[in-house]
Amino acid sequence: MIYAGIDIGSITAKAALIKENRLLATHIIPTGYNPLNAGIKVFETVLKKASVSKTDIKAIVSTGYGRASVNFADKAMTEIICHGTGAHFINPDIRGIIDVGGQDSKAISLDKNGQVENFAMNDKCAAGTGRFIEVMANALEVSLDQLGDFSLKADNPSKISSICTVFAESEVISMIAGLQKRENIIAGIHESAAARVAILAFKIKIKEPVMMTGGVAKNKGMTAALEKRLGFNLIVGDSAQENGAIGAAVLASRL
Amino acid sequence: MSDKLSYKRKIKCAKKMRDIMTTYYLDAMTAEQNGKQVAWITSGGPVEPLVAMDIIPVYPENHGAMIGASKMGEDLCIKAENMGYSPDLCSYARTDISCSIVKGGPIGGLPKPDMLICCNNICGTVLKWYEVQARFYNVPLFILDTPVCHTRYSPEIAKYVRAQINEYIAFLEMVTKKKFNYEKMAKVGRLAFEGQMLWKKVLNTTAHKPSPMSAFDAFFFLALIVTLRGTQVAIDFYKELIEEMDQRIKDSISSVPNEKHRLLWDNLPVWYQLKWLSTKFSDHNACLVADTYTSAWCSALKYIDENNFLDSIAEAYTRIYLNIGVDQMAEQVLDMIKFYDVNGLVMHSNRSCKPYSFGQMDIMEIIRKKADIPVLMIEADMVDPRNFSQSQVETRIDAFMEIVKLRSS
Repeated sequence: MIYAGIDIGSITAKAALIKENRLLATHIIPTGYNPLNAGIKVFETVLKKASVSKTDIKAIVSTGYGRASVNFADKAMTEIICHGTGAHFINPDIRGIIDVGGQDSKAISLDKNGQVENFAMNDKCAAGTGRFIEVMANALEVSLDQLGDFSLKADNPSKISSICTVFAESEVISMIAGLQKRENIIAGIHESAAARVAILAFKIKIKEPVMMTGGVAKNKGMTAALEKRLGFNLIVGDSAQENGAIGAAVLASRL
Repeated sequence: MSDKLSYKRKIKCAKKMRDIMTTYYLDAMTAEQNGKQVAWITSGGPVEPLVAMDIIPVYPENHGAMIGASKMGEDLCIKAENMGYSPDLCSYARTDISCSIVKGGPIGGLPKPDMLICCNNICGTVLKWYEVQARFYNVPLFILDTPVCHTRYSPEIAKYVRAQINEYIAFLEMVTKKKFNYEKMAKVGRLAFEGQMLWKKVLNTTAHKPSPMSAFDAFFFLALIVTLRGTQVAIDFYKELIEEMDQRIKDSISSVPNEKHRLLWDNLPVWYQLKWLSTKFSDHNACLVADTYTSAWCSALKYIDENNFLDSIAEAYTRIYLNIGVDQMAEQVLDMIKFYDVNGLVMHSNRSCKPYSFGQMDIMEIIRKKADIPVLMIEADMVDPRNFSQSQVETRIDAFMEIVKLRSS
């Protein structure tokens, strides 16, 4: 039996397939302006990748901001439960999750059975989300993949005092004008975003071991800044960005 | 759900209440022609002396709720901001101030006041808000200052507030140029007491499983105990409403078709999203059976002595929900959780209402620890829809309901 999970985020759409409790394939594409089309496309691509046909799929669960748009899914579930289930599937010891996506960041605590105990999400503000980092990367003319390497080379991280994305961007621009080193500005951006995310984790009194998920988990500079803030190490798996889709596929197998 | 069933679920008394409120507003609008005076009063203010003096009380906050429910808040808030008021100012204050000038909103603005009665037991914003309106309308303003009772109602507070009740009466005598009628006051006091007892009874009917009405209904039916407290009209209406609720319980008519989860709401309603929120929770088979907001109009009943009304209201009006310490607020929430047997708490962090929203994080912690139920915090505003993000709130509610369901399975 094969089960599928589709996670339509604000920036990327992810799909995962599981078969007999093991991960078969995952795929990521940009969401674009049409979440349903993104869902269809990412689903078809992951099927092709795993060389299985649509008829082999027993059930589909959709999640993410576009979860309601995926009209071919059997059920829509929230990212919270999908990330919880995904993390528990990958590593059953996990008791906490920090997920930083494009539009949302959240901290989730799990009990020993992988069930969600509590969660906290960012408020109506982009600071501390992937979008914040993306805006800053644009201002600095650095691609998202390069951010981590740049910030690890910082010798004296800049201080970004503003908590608002728009104002932080003008602050960064004035730092560029002031000829501050790009590495230091980027490290400062990560520290500023990490401070916001860490508040969520502290709010729910997160317990170790903690897994970091979401697209931002791939940014080594951001994970390092978060670890510094939190005072403990984070576990980042190979499928951090697809974790929600994996959880959705696991939940599909329980329908 | 078939149309027939949906019709059956409708509360019949709703039409009657709409008629009563229409008559009330018509009376207020035509007060001047009928030789009557109008007083604007804050929602937590002692209205009974006004009723005893035959002055028509009008509530800018009730008007604000109407503006919010008619989705006319954004425009009026922007108008106030154009006048120079901060977007951080309470949206009731903003809409009231701009409405006085543009005569907008669902009823074209409130009738001009002859006096203003401001009691700061609900917040500090009302002081400046009423000062603004006193200057605008050039009418006398009475301020009843009720110190916050963080831990207790001290003898000093008692003396201070009681003395102001006398000043309040002297103020009314001065503005109306009439002697205060203490006999009528005693009668109005008894009616106010009875009205609140009945309101409490209305709210208590939701302890039944499944609940015959929801907090969304309470938000609506609240209007009478606020605006017509101290009148026979309110008493007769609530008696009828209780009868209807008792009949619904007998006939097994519930507010939510398939009630499986019972929730408690904290803070003011999100007036412009009532329908969406009520459908959202109902789709999860969840009923918001009670709330801390509508119960505020009967939670200080224990301090009222119906036979010694004027002496006792000093304490009753000072010790209302928003004027006590966070520990005591949490105790009240815990009592409600137990009484209504709820399995989740939904807190509205209301951008407008600082005294209601400040302290919610502490209350949340206390509830999680002592009641061990899931708690959800959603961010919004009671009237200004610019502070509400539907998809964000939806994800939070869905995730919260997943946890509530997991816990109860």
